[in-house]
Amino acid sequence: MTQMFPLTLDQVLVRRRGKAVIGPTNLVLQPDGPTIIIGPNGSGKTTLLRVMHGIERVTSGTVAWQHNDPSQHAFVFQSPIVLRRSVYENLAYPLRLIQTPKPEVAQAVDHWLERIGLADMRHSPALRLSGGERQKLAIARALIRKPQVLFLDEPCANLDGHATREIEALLQEATAAGTRLVMSTHDMGQARRLAQELVFMLGGKVHDVGDAETLFTSPANKELSAFLRGDIVT
Amino acid sequence: MLQTFFEQTGHPELVILSAQWTLDIDWLLYFTRKDRIVFVPQQSKCTASMIEILEGLKAAFWLVITFDAELWEISLRSLRVTLTALLIASAIAIPLGTYLAVQRFRFRRFVISLINALMGLPPVVVGLVVYILLSRTGPFGVLDLLFTPTAMIIAQVIIITPVIASIAHQSMRELWAEYHDLLISLNTSKRQRILTLIWDGRRNLLTAALAGFGRAIGEVGAIMIVGGNIDHVTRVLTTAIALETGKGDFALALGLGFVLIGLAILVNLAIHTLSQTEREGRW
Ligand SMILES: Nc1ncnc2c1ncn2[C@@H]1O[C@H](COP(=O)(O)OP(=O)(O)OP(=O)(O)O)[C@@H](O)[C@H]1O
Ligand SMILES: [Mg+2]
Repeated sequence: MTQMFPLTLDQVLVRRRGKAVIGPTNLVLQPDGPTIIIGPNGSGKTTLLRVMHGIERVTSGTVAWQHNDPSQHAFVFQSPIVLRRSVYENLAYPLRLIQTPKPEVAQAVDHWLERIGLADMRHSPALRLSGGERQKLAIARALIRKPQVLFLDEPCANLDGHATREIEALLQEATAAGTRLVMSTHDMGQARRLAQELVFMLGGKVHDVGDAETLFTSPANKELSAFLRGDIVT
Repeated sequence: MLQTFFEQTGHPELVILSAQWTLDIDWLLYFTRKDRIVFVPQQSKCTASMIEILEGLKAAFWLVITFDAELWEISLRSLRVTLTALLIASAIAIPLGTYLAVQRFRFRRFVISLINALMGLPPVVVGLVVYILLSRTGPFGVLDLLFTPTAMIIAQVIIITPVIASIAHQSMRELWAEYHDLLISLNTSKRQRILTLIWDGRRNLLTAALAGFGRAIGEVGAIMIVGGNIDHVTRVLTTAIALETGKGDFALALGLGFVLIGLAILVNLAIHTLSQTEREGRW
């Protein structure tokens, strides 16, 4: 498989209704992850992830992959999007789109149903699932094509500690299996647990980027240290 | 008065035909099969009384339980014409409504407004236009379709396609808002997006089709004009009702009316049950 990274964002500017939502800002993501994006509400984390995934138009600047293959991307949205289908069909959907042979679909779906503990609910409508179950379903659906890169936008918002742990385990497995994670979160504990690289967004710009452990132990500036302490940063 | 009107205009044959060609809106519309259309103000007639309604109920009851051959023939023709029109209209309207929800293009807004405007098209006018197009001297006269069930189907398709397309578009737009990010993220083709929306929104689309069915089965103005209400050929429930009303046979007209209502309820129930069982099963 061709290496997709590094991903280089050069002078990226996203303007919506006359307002600069992002940037202009620069960011380079190397092959090793996971990268965790933190920052206050409205700092542009979601928009940045969407720009990297290629589903948000940039006003100016460039988003360049070493080698881009859209079929190797996946995205998990902040509020999980569930198809009006059964749990099984939700998982099968991405594979059906690429004409995967039926037995392979069944095998992959069965594997993931077991893995996320929803095997008993395979035939019930996915809309009946709880928030945590939906999020697990969305992550499994994103991983079912074994993408090289997975973007996640606050996947554990509104989930309790148990569900969060389950999802973190899933994400660690995915990383071990070779999927590069890029994820935003408001949960600093989670950021510490998962991050290899940390990106701190502020006011639509990448304020800091670097090795997670270094930034957590000795924040490079007062904005980041205030944010990590839990103070209000603007 | 009618008598003298036609004698003066030199078309006494119209009076003899009039009973067969009665169409009751605000005006009664008489026409000959020689492509001549004459509007005559409605004549005052005796009104239906309570007794006649009871008679109608009784007549309807007897017609149904005795499997009256003519009634069955007319009902089946009604169903056949309307269901065929519904099938064709849905095949056009559902992909169209979905496409309009998914795809942005220059004249999108205009097309949507046009469909909404066409929804209000008076059926009588549709009938008139189809009549002119299909009449012997019209552009499609050679096809010889006037006064056939096919002509009625054409008119009904024109009437209900905008209705189905508009309702379908409405619900597909909502579903698209829900699915948009995921389908874009999964790198779906346009075709896959449309097919996904149609499949996942099929219950809403069924409702849209149902609205079209309701509009078509009860329609009388257009199919009367293009079908001609010919016995054993193009007579359907609504035109038969108009005819019996014109003849003053309120009992039979009401009987047919009850059958029409029953039929509409039956089809509605059938579709509802269908979607109900589907909802409970795996989907
Ligand atoms: N399409 C748009 N039109 C106008 N403003 C937008 C649009 N998209 C995003 N914004 C604005 O851009 C800013 C950044 O939004 P974004 O969702 O990226 O922030 P975020 O860091 O993800 O916030 P949160 O932590 O609350 O999820 C917000 O102020 C938002 O209102
Ligand atoms: Mg966000």
